[in-house]
Amino acid sequence: MMEVKYRKSKGLTDKPLSYCPGCTHGIIHKLVAESLEELGVLDTTVGIASVGCSVFAYEFFNCDMIQCPHGRAAAVGTGIKRTHPDDIVFTYQGDGDLASIGIAETIHAANRGENITIIFVNNAIYGMTGGQMAPTSLIGQKTTTSPLGRDQHLHGSPIKISEMFATIDSVAYLERVAVYNPRQVRNAKNAIKKAFTYQKEKRGFTMIEILSTCPVNWGKTPQDALKWVEEDMTKVFPLGIFKDAGVPIHE
Amino acid sequence: MGNKILMKGNEAIALAAIKGGVDAFFGYPITPQNEIPEYLSRYMFEQGKVFLQAESEVAAINMVYGAAASGARVMTSSSSPGIALKQEGISYMAGSELPCVIVSVMRGGPGLGGIQPSQADYNQATRGGGNGDYHVIVFAPESIQETVDVMKEAFDIADYYRNPVMVLVDGLIGQMMEAVDFSKPVPKRFLPPKDWAAGGMASHAGRNTICSLYLDPYELEDHNLKLQKKYLQATANETRFELINMEDPDYVIVAYGTMARICRSAIDILAKKKLKVGIIRPISLWPFPKAPLKNISRNCKGILVCEMSLGQMIDDVRIANEGALPIAFFGRTGGVVPEPEEVADAILDFDKRRVE
Repeated sequence: MMEVKYRKSKGLTDKPLSYCPGCTHGIIHKLVAESLEELGVLDTTVGIASVGCSVFAYEFFNCDMIQCPHGRAAAVGTGIKRTHPDDIVFTYQGDGDLASIGIAETIHAANRGENITIIFVNNAIYGMTGGQMAPTSLIGQKTTTSPLGRDQHLHGSPIKISEMFATIDSVAYLERVAVYNPRQVRNAKNAIKKAFTYQKEKRGFTMIEILSTCPVNWGKTPQDALKWVEEDMTKVFPLGIFKDAGVPIHE
Repeated sequence: MGNKILMKGNEAIALAAIKGGVDAFFGYPITPQNEIPEYLSRYMFEQGKVFLQAESEVAAINMVYGAAASGARVMTSSSSPGIALKQEGISYMAGSELPCVIVSVMRGGPGLGGIQPSQADYNQATRGGGNGDYHVIVFAPESIQETVDVMKEAFDIADYYRNPVMVLVDGLIGQMMEAVDFSKPVPKRFLPPKDWAAGGMASHAGRNTICSLYLDPYELEDHNLKLQKKYLQATANETRFELINMEDPDYVIVAYGTMARICRSAIDILAKKKLKVGIIRPISLWPFPKAPLKNISRNCKGILVCEMSLGQMIDDVRIANEGALPIAFFGRTGGVVPEPEEVADAILDFDKRRVE
């Protein structure tokens, strides 16, 4: 008898992903899909695709999906969850969408303790629009709108979303993870599944920040991009649990 | 008369929304519409419905977007600068074919403007500030009774067309009190099930997605043509107006909302001066009632458009009348509510100028 060791998650459709070679969005999609499938909630889940590289997420996740205006995912999620409290609601947002144009909606959803899960993919750049500076770009990082590198005095410093949200009382679970090697991928999966489990248990607002790659716009090979996450990004964005079940336990 | 109660316009709007079957309200404070969310914050919760004060108008309309996309009956309310902020969400809702009701209680503009009654958002309501070829169905009632009746029906109309419906009043209707009867039944209309809603796959067959993105231009054109068909249907079925004193008038006034009520008093003054003046009162601003403006009797000497703005609806009147009659304008703006005598004088002045 042949044994199936691995198969694509039922949480993903058959639509080919639109992401660039070497981008880790695909891995993160897989982790979200597997978590929803394993928790048996695909039939009661509503996902929200934001604007950015993951705009087509509504074609990739095998659950009801809503594509929403740039930055407004947490508000859209609030509208769904408040009227459908038994649904599992998640948003899938990049750093431009969440940390720049959508920061107000995200902070207030967190502060109200909306029982939704935010999958926050931080790749330190605007990927979809062609590599412009993001609020999370590192100091010195060259982008198409910071050709001399990000300068703290001109552009501010990379915004630390997880650290910032850890100060909000109503946040139930908050962890920053990465997917630059198999061990980190497994860890990311645990974090994502835990967040959805908390939501199922109606514990409140959960957010997983995932450090991701953008080899094309960073001008790096996929391998060097993973290395850059491990060596450079994690220095600015340290991995770890920032909050668990409403009790801040980070550091 | 036994069913009548005395109510403030904004509170009556809120109660009418509950009677119209609203499931959820999302809004942000702004004068002069605050009594709508205040009233709903007291009564929605006890009925097991959702009331949430959002962090901004932008967030509020996107909460409306989410609730509507997952199948709820939902509304928001705001006033001029707040409606400006909601335009992105309204365009997305029209593009994604989502129903909702938006109450706009107009104040003076532009910018922060003022807080007194105005009709300077006619263009904002009927043209919209959002991107793309879309329309919002807009009703502009003139009394609290009419506001209540249209408000109760607005949710059905929104659901029927899968499109935002706006109830557009000015601060005067929002703030004044009138006797109002809530017992009038809503006209029955067939509403198809919301099998398109993305509220979880367990609630329908297959996988539902809500989206306004079409990267293929031919697909997007087809989507727009489909929307356009719907707008034509709404134009055929939802155009509403009232004709007042329109049997062979010397002059015709076109006015809506509060301004129409002022004009009702003005034509009484003019009747005493032996001038017969009729009123065409658009109730739906989009679709705009073109037919009555095209069919004005040949003996009519001219049209006076009256607005509490410096002239916005006048463009639609000109389009509808197709140059058949001389058209003049009377308006006060910035929150100034004109006296009936001013309107009467404007007609007399129009008459004098026309003779000269």
